[in-house]
Amino acid sequence: MKKKQFVMIFTLIVSVLLIIAGCSSGKDAATQDNGNDGAVTAGDNSKSSGEKTLIFGRGADSVQLDPSKVTDGESLYVTNQIYDTLVRYKQDNTEVKPALATDWTTSDDGKVWTFHLRKDVKFHDGTKFDANAVVYNFKRWTQSADFVYYGYMFGANKDNMKGIISNVEATDDYTVKMTLSEPNAPFLQTLAMPAFGIASPTAVKKYGANYFKHPVGTGPFVFDSWVKDDKITLHKNKDYFGQVADVNKVIFRVIPDNGARFMELQAGTINMMEGLDPEDMQKVTKDPNLKIVSRPAMNVAYMSMNTSKKGPMSSQKVRQAINMAINKKKLMSLYQGIGKEAKNPLPPSVWSYNDDVQDYHYNVKKAKKLLAEAGYGNGFTMNLYTMTNPRPYMPQPQLTAEAIQQMLKAVKIKVNVVENDWDTHLVKTENGEDDAALMGWVGDNGDPDNFLYVLLDKDNAKKGSAGNTAFYKNDQVHDLLKKGQVTLNQNERTKIYKQVQQIVHDDAPWVPIAYATQPMAVNKNVMDYVPHSTGSEPFNYIKLK
Amino acid sequence: MVNYIIRRLLLLIPVFIGVSILAFSLLRLIPGDPAKSMLGNKATAAQLQSLRLELGLNKPLPEQYKDYMGNVLKGDLGYSIKSHDSVLGEIGTRLPATLELSIVALIFAIVIGVLAGIISAAKRHSWFDHVSMTGALFGVSMPIFWLGLMMIWLFSVTLHWLPPSGRLSVGVHLHIITNFYLLDSILTGNWQAFKDSFLHILMPALALGTIPMAVIARMTRSSMLEVLSQDFIRTANAKGLAKYLIIFQHALKNAFLPILTVIGSQFGFLLGGAVLTETIFSWPGIGRYVYQSILSRDYPVVQSTILIIAVLFVLINLITDLLYKYFDPRIRYD
Repeated sequence: MKKKQFVMIFTLIVSVLLIIAGCSSGKDAATQDNGNDGAVTAGDNSKSSGEKTLIFGRGADSVQLDPSKVTDGESLYVTNQIYDTLVRYKQDNTEVKPALATDWTTSDDGKVWTFHLRKDVKFHDGTKFDANAVVYNFKRWTQSADFVYYGYMFGANKDNMKGIISNVEATDDYTVKMTLSEPNAPFLQTLAMPAFGIASPTAVKKYGANYFKHPVGTGPFVFDSWVKDDKITLHKNKDYFGQVADVNKVIFRVIPDNGARFMELQAGTINMMEGLDPEDMQKVTKDPNLKIVSRPAMNVAYMSMNTSKKGPMSSQKVRQAINMAINKKKLMSLYQGIGKEAKNPLPPSVWSYNDDVQDYHYNVKKAKKLLAEAGYGNGFTMNLYTMTNPRPYMPQPQLTAEAIQQMLKAVKIKVNVVENDWDTHLVKTENGEDDAALMGWVGDNGDPDNFLYVLLDKDNAKKGSAGNTAFYKNDQVHDLLKKGQVTLNQNERTKIYKQVQQIVHDDAPWVPIAYATQPMAVNKNVMDYVPHSTGSEPFNYIKLK
Repeated sequence: MVNYIIRRLLLLIPVFIGVSILAFSLLRLIPGDPAKSMLGNKATAAQLQSLRLELGLNKPLPEQYKDYMGNVLKGDLGYSIKSHDSVLGEIGTRLPATLELSIVALIFAIVIGVLAGIISAAKRHSWFDHVSMTGALFGVSMPIFWLGLMMIWLFSVTLHWLPPSGRLSVGVHLHIITNFYLLDSILTGNWQAFKDSFLHILMPALALGTIPMAVIARMTRSSMLEVLSQDFIRTANAKGLAKYLIIFQHALKNAFLPILTVIGSQFGFLLGGAVLTETIFSWPGIGRYVYQSILSRDYPVVQSTILIIAVLFVLINLITDLLYKYFDPRIRYD
């Protein structure tokens, strides 16, 4: 008796609820607009309640909202809205402009930087922003070893937690003097990285170990709430010293599956998304409500050839021949529309990119001739190491390796492809086990040194930790790069880096393959959105129609 | 009966110890370094060493285990290596989300599955029987993520009937008490939030519940068929008892034991199988969280979550076993 009644009643309740849901759905499509604070439904560009909300869909949640504790893009993307740095990147290139600092001077020896700070800025919790706040932040960054970017960019280690920044002091309320142990030309570029956002000392002291959940900065948006793995809500900072945001709210939503995220964009429940599958690009162009916005590449994909190995790889002619035997245009088909052929180790978005360099043309006949001149007319055998995981600069590494293998057959070079997962691949290539390897690099601070020195200087050609997987050692390049690190004049540096690119091209330690742009899809009512090549940008310039 | 319950609860202790040792050791057998995963590729060797020291990863394994279990018994489940948040806090928001989803999915599965199974058994070989059993086969074979994506495409993008993913619409405000959104909206009298969270849970619960639904339907059908073929049913029929009374009052209760067993085991499946559904529907639950934590070698999170889920599972089994007595008074516990 009881069982039957239980089942019946339950069925009744569920059916009633389903009927209610079904009946009210007609009304819901309209009322949901009002409830959703301006979130649009497809085909309906209303912002009916007057509140403009940006809803950004991404594939993963932020890890922590304290930029000095993280290296993941999802965290820094959000903190870029909440915090400011002393200087910020310009909107459409990687040069820097004033932000919390209004102007700066350097001493003649390049070791002392003096920053003059803005006087009208308050943190979101009301604390005044001044030189003491900046000094507090710099001290905080060197107290523990978990600020990875600080250690990486400024050379800090266990014995020297401060790295090259040996002293930071406030000479008056709005002036900060930083003394470096050696000149560092990319210094400003590095300080513009979102990782160096300035936090409110009051808030840091108040929240202690839990500060990462209660971020307080000076930025264009103020932190509201964080539901883990679900969404982060920010609202606009009406008293922002820069351009006050047009939108009232920004919500970052976690939608792990690319397909589901795209469907949310189509349904209108989000109006911006990252991580668009290249196959979906067509659907976006066909959809009257959506448009594609591309993030310019600050990356490069390449095949490095291990010049330290005796044999064919150590011969310049062989390497040049290999460059000529590879049809880069064909390799672009593996990029599904997001790749552009590369000829330099630097992408075009980084200043000093040398467009005058003439890339090697695809020419099998000439390649064969060069190989014969080098004594390898009958070809040779080599291995090509590749990773199995897709990378931002190379969506299909295994297929890329196989394509190269096919192309080199034409010049009688037999290629054995060796596959490993990314971490293992790094270990092996940094150890110099390969003859050639597929690699890539995503820039950190938009400075040419961050590409050229890290990837091609002889300082970084040490077995076991080589970022220079070609083990390319050229003294002229080294001297030029070292000079570039201590020259503060941007024009001088540009000349230096252009020269380096030409030498590298001639020596051909690499086959540069591609620069990959990241396509993003947004609703057509999102205007003035300019994605930055460094991977994140503040949203205060975006206008919602 | 009380003795039985106490005995079963005491069995929790060896389970607890066994599961914790297993989770602890298996985790560390996976190659990979939590420090590297946390700090990324740009960390220097010195930074990695320093983090490992801080986390106690350099100590011998038995000592690490002792430290960990000592804290657990004091109620401290540790801190996530990745997020620096307390594991208890992280689980506290995510476990209710998964439980809510699993319970609603199970309710759908039981209601629809049992009803379908009963009707199929009562009208054996009818069109309903064939359709529903084929449907059940379909349900078991269909990959959840494909089903989920199709549902989103149909009901959200095309028909605009249901929201695509998540637990609550962006503009809807709900005061959180238990983190069971349906319950919290009832407790705070927030009808708008209740409707909104129900609409959000509908698709993922149906998608997640398809397999249990199918399994329960088939089990109900076969169990009912067995009972319906017994002599006492013939007697009831002969006595002129109404068909639906025979089915619901006599047959179902007798047939229910195997169905109950299946329901109990399906709940376990739901808790674990939620990963895919949680990914497709952006449901901030524990399945997805554990999966990501395994990938990033977040030892404290994985260990503690496995412990909690194991305890939950034991308790569910206990409740299932106790429910047997309700359905079949002949069962004795000793």
